[in-house]
Amino acid sequence: MASGELTSGAYIKHHLQNLTYGKFPDGHWGFANDALEAKEMGFMAFHVDTLGFSFVLGVLFLFLFAMAAKRASIEAPSGFQNFLESIIDFIDENVRGSFSGKNPMVAPLALTTFIWIILMNTMDLVPVDWLPSLAGAMGVHFLKVVPTTDPNATFGMSIGIFLLILYYSIKEKGLGGFVGELTLHPFGKWMLPFNLFLEGVNLLAKPVSLALRLFGNMYAGEMIFILIALLPFWIQWSLSLPWAIFHILIVLLQAFIFMTLVIVYMDMAHQKEH
Amino acid sequence: MITEVQATLFVAGAILMGLGALGAAVGIGILGAKFIEGAARQPELIPMLRTQMFIVMGLVDAVPMIAVGISMYILFAVAG
Repeated sequence: MASGELTSGAYIKHHLQNLTYGKFPDGHWGFANDALEAKEMGFMAFHVDTLGFSFVLGVLFLFLFAMAAKRASIEAPSGFQNFLESIIDFIDENVRGSFSGKNPMVAPLALTTFIWIILMNTMDLVPVDWLPSLAGAMGVHFLKVVPTTDPNATFGMSIGIFLLILYYSIKEKGLGGFVGELTLHPFGKWMLPFNLFLEGVNLLAKPVSLALRLFGNMYAGEMIFILIALLPFWIQWSLSLPWAIFHILIVLLQAFIFMTLVIVYMDMAHQKEH
Repeated sequence: MITEVQATLFVAGAILMGLGALGAAVGIGILGAKFIEGAARQPELIPMLRTQMFIVMGLVDAVPMIAVGISMYILFAVAG
């Protein structure tokens, strides 16, 4: 790292930098050594830490649930199985409440987004310096452990949801019906450009707000953890404990809101009458 | 030392966060008041109303939270 004392500004900036593997301006591929190099890589860069953590957590989720499903027993369910069943009941209730169409994919989609986002957000509760120090000892200079603080991760998810919305809208309403809905609501056909503008903004606001809401909440939370980490050790507990407790609520709430909105958007895509 | 551009960025980040906080506070205050009113009318509906309140709170909080996220980014990653 830098010579001399690490200033608080440099500490914060260091914690905000993703592990970037990309194409340097002179053409060779490698890990960026600081924020400036990462910025110069431009588009041809991968945030290896985001990709790695989200993949590992996804695999963990699938593995745990599959293992519980294989060992599921009706007479003597284990504690973990009961816990998972209560989660699935919760998701089922929510989907039943908001989704009125017929699509067997929506409930598993809701379960996946809910659990995956909870797992990714919970990485924020690990103390700020632990995993990056561990990585530093292995020679990895930058590590951001919470994938959802990277707008790439949240936009990746919300663009996927957006493609699903488009696919099911066109499938359920037909291409003509979908375009008609965009151009003929809320005013008649003589105000077509205006309708298209309003409905276009409405349609685009869905994935953008979905992604940015999750990103903003998680980024602000992580930011405050980093700022609290700068305080002297004898006063840190008084701030980090209440904030961590509050953050647990935010983690669960944001995952729940993401899931609920996904179900509501799927429902809107399946509505035929309107 | 702090340059003029940096100073302007600090003020921009502060205004962004301040207005976001104002909007969120007023919005959630009204939402909470309606929730308490509804809970007082029909106490047996409190669990359902609470769930709905959290859902709407997440939506009301969305744009202010986006503003907070962008403001934090400006204040720390851009202005240093």
